[in-house]
Amino acid sequence: MNEPATAIEAAVAASPLHQLKDELDIVIPTIRNLDFLEMWRPFLQPYHLIIVQDGDPSKTIKVPNGFDYELYNRNDINRILGPKASCISFKDSACRCFGYMVSKKKYIFTIDDDCFVAKDPSGKAINALEQHIKNLLSPSTPFFFNTLYDPFAEGADFVRGYPFSLREGVSTAVSHGLWLNIPDYDAPTQLVKPLERNTRFVDAVLTIPKGTLFPMCGMNLAFDRQLIGPAMYFGLMGEGQPIGRYDDMWAGWCIKVICDHLGLGVKTGLPYIYHSKASNPFVNLRKEYKGIYWQEDIIPFFQQVVLPKDCTTVQKCYIELAKQVKEKLGKIDPYFDKLADAMVTWIQAWDGLNPTSASFSNGKTG
Amino acid sequence: MSLSIKDDEIDIVIGALRPDLTSFMNEWRTIFSRFHLIIVKDPDLKEELKIPEGFNLDVYKKPDIDRVVGTSTSTIFSGYSCRYFGYLVSRKKYIISVDDDCYPVKDNKGILVDAVAQHITNLTTPATPFFFNTLYDPFTEGADFVRGYPFSLRSGVQCALSCGLWLNLADYDAPTQALKPEERNSRYVDAVLTVPARTLMPISGINIAFNREVIGPALLPSLRLGGEGKFRWETMEDIWSGMCVKVVCDHLGLGVKTGMPYVWRNDRGDAIASLRKEWEGVKLMEEVVPFFQSVRLSREATTTEDCVAEVANVVKEQLGSKDPMFARAAKAMVDWVKLWKSVGSST
Repeated sequence: MNEPATAIEAAVAASPLHQLKDELDIVIPTIRNLDFLEMWRPFLQPYHLIIVQDGDPSKTIKVPNGFDYELYNRNDINRILGPKASCISFKDSACRCFGYMVSKKKYIFTIDDDCFVAKDPSGKAINALEQHIKNLLSPSTPFFFNTLYDPFAEGADFVRGYPFSLREGVSTAVSHGLWLNIPDYDAPTQLVKPLERNTRFVDAVLTIPKGTLFPMCGMNLAFDRQLIGPAMYFGLMGEGQPIGRYDDMWAGWCIKVICDHLGLGVKTGLPYIYHSKASNPFVNLRKEYKGIYWQEDIIPFFQQVVLPKDCTTVQKCYIELAKQVKEKLGKIDPYFDKLADAMVTWIQAWDGLNPTSASFSNGKTG
Repeated sequence: MSLSIKDDEIDIVIGALRPDLTSFMNEWRTIFSRFHLIIVKDPDLKEELKIPEGFNLDVYKKPDIDRVVGTSTSTIFSGYSCRYFGYLVSRKKYIISVDDDCYPVKDNKGILVDAVAQHITNLTTPATPFFFNTLYDPFTEGADFVRGYPFSLRSGVQCALSCGLWLNLADYDAPTQALKPEERNSRYVDAVLTVPARTLMPISGINIAFNREVIGPALLPSLRLGGEGKFRWETMEDIWSGMCVKVVCDHLGLGVKTGMPYVWRNDRGDAIASLRKEWEGVKLMEEVVPFFQSVRLSREATTTEDCVAEVANVVKEQLGSKDPMFARAAKAMVDWVKLWKSVGSST
C-alpha cells in the first residue's frame, strides 16, 4: 500500500464495464506533460478528458496516445469568455473550474497530475473513478448520522434507531476522495512533519452531515455538474492575487452551504488515490499565509450563512452568497470584494456557456 | 493506553442478562483483569450468575439494588437498563460498558484489539465537533488536521462519550436484520471520528465508554418500550439515552466520538421473532428524531443535571401527550437526576 499501483496492476483490476462513459468528463489542470495518465489508462481511457493548460500557452502539453480530449490554454479561455475570463485564475490549478464550465456532461471527475492509482490493503489497484460513480449514484444521508457509515455500501445498512422515513436519502452532489502517501496538509503542518505519510486506509464512505463544513480538496473529486456545477467556482488565486491554495477550500464551503440549503448530499472517504508529490512547504506558506488568518473569519461567515427560501436554484443561491460575501467579508480585505464580483462573473459566464441549465430544479434527480 | 491514566480511574460495567458469564469473562480476561469491574445482574434473571475467578469485581443483584434505591425504584433497572445501576454506584472517572454477548476482535493486522485502551484514548484526546476533518481523528498517530482546517479550532474540546462499533452481528433493528438474515458486518473501518455538533445519531449501548464525572447523569434509563425484551432488537432505551447525551454534549460544548474500537458481537436471538414481538420501537424514532433535533436548551443550563432536567421538561411538554410512554420517560428522567444527586456522585 506504500507504493502506487503499476499499469499492469491497474489493468488487472479494470472491469469491462465503464459506467457513465458518455456522461462524465475528466478535468485535469496541468502545466506539464500528462504522462501520469499511463498509469490510469485501464480505468480512464474510455472517458473524455478536458485538459486546462495553465501557465505559458505556447508550451505543448503531451497527452498519451489513445485518450480522447479537448485542451484549453489561456488564449482559449480568453477567447471563449472575453472579459469574463477575469474570473478564471491564472498560474494556479484553480483554473480547472473552467473545465467544469465548458463541459457538456452531467458528471465531472477532477484529479491532479501528481495523483496515481493507489492500492487497497489486499494489494489490489483501486479504480477511483468507479468508486466516485458509486458514491454519486447512491443516495446521501445528511440528516442523521449512520454509525456504520455508508448504508448503501455492500455489507452495510442503517443501524437500529435510524428512522425509516430518512432511509431513502437525498441525491448526492459531490464525492470527495482521499489520498494515501502525501497527505493534504497546510504549509505549517508540512514544515513540522515533513516525513509524515498517510498509510491509513479507512474503508468507509460517509455523508457529511447537514450543517457541518469541511475542507474540500480538489485533488480527487467528483460531482454532479447538473446538481451543483455552478457553485464549483474555485475562486481567484495565483497571479495577481494575494492568496493561493484556498481555491478548493472556497468552493467546498460554498457548495456545502448550498447543498445543505437545497437538500443535496456530500460524501467523503473512498476512493483513495496515491499522491506522489509533496509541494514545497515554503512556497505553500507564502501562498497560504493570508488564508490562514482569513479563514478564522471566513469559517464563522459560512457557518452563519442563511440563504433565503426563494433561492431555489444553484445560481440563485450562489449570487446571494456572493452578495453576502461582499457585505460581510468585504471589510476584512478588498480581495473579498473582488472575489464576490468574480463569483457573479462566473455565474454569468456559466449561464452563457450553459444556456439551458438556468432553470435547475432544487436538487431532485431527473 | 495513555500513560497519564491510571487503571484505578476506570470501571468496567457489565450488565448481565445471561447467567453464565464464564466464556465472556475469559475472552476478555487479558484486557479486563487489571481493572475493577462492576457486574450488575438483571433483576429479572432468576438463575445464579457464574463468574470465573481472578477478577477484581463487585457484583450487584436485585437485593443490592433494592437496598440502594428502594424496591419501587429498582424496577427501572430491569433488562439492559441494569447497567445504569453500575454507572450510578461507580466512583470512577471513566466507565466502559459492553454487552455480555460481545467478545474482543482482532484488527486488520491480526492483533487483538484492546477495546478499553482505545476507548480511553478516545476519551482522553480532544474531540473536534465544529469542523469536519477529512482525515478523521487528527490526534491519532500518522494523521493530523488537513489543509483548510481553521487553527483556532485545532485544540478541540473534551470528549465525553466514545461510541464503539461491532463486527459480525451489527446493531441493526429487527426489520433490517430479518430482511437480511445472513448479513454480518465484516468491514473493519480503521477510524475514529468526532460526530459534528448538532448532528444526531443512534448511540448504541452495546459498546460504549464515557467520562462519568462530566456526563454521567445524562446516560439514563428512561424510555421503556411496552414490549421491551431481553434482546437489543426489543429495546430503544440506549438510543433514547444517546439522543439526550448528544443534545447535552452539544449544549455544553463536549465531544462525542464514534468508530473504533470494534467488538465481536455474537449471534443471538432471532430477528423475526423479535420483530413479531416488538416493532413499536422502530416507529417511535419517527417522532423521537425530529423532536431531539428541535430541542434547544437554555443558557442557564450549565451542568449536566440541569440539562437533563430541561430535556425532561421539554419531553413532557411536547411528547408527553402523544404517548404515555413519553410522559413516563420524562418522569423517569427527573427521578434519575434526583437519584444521581443522592446516590451517585461527581467525584
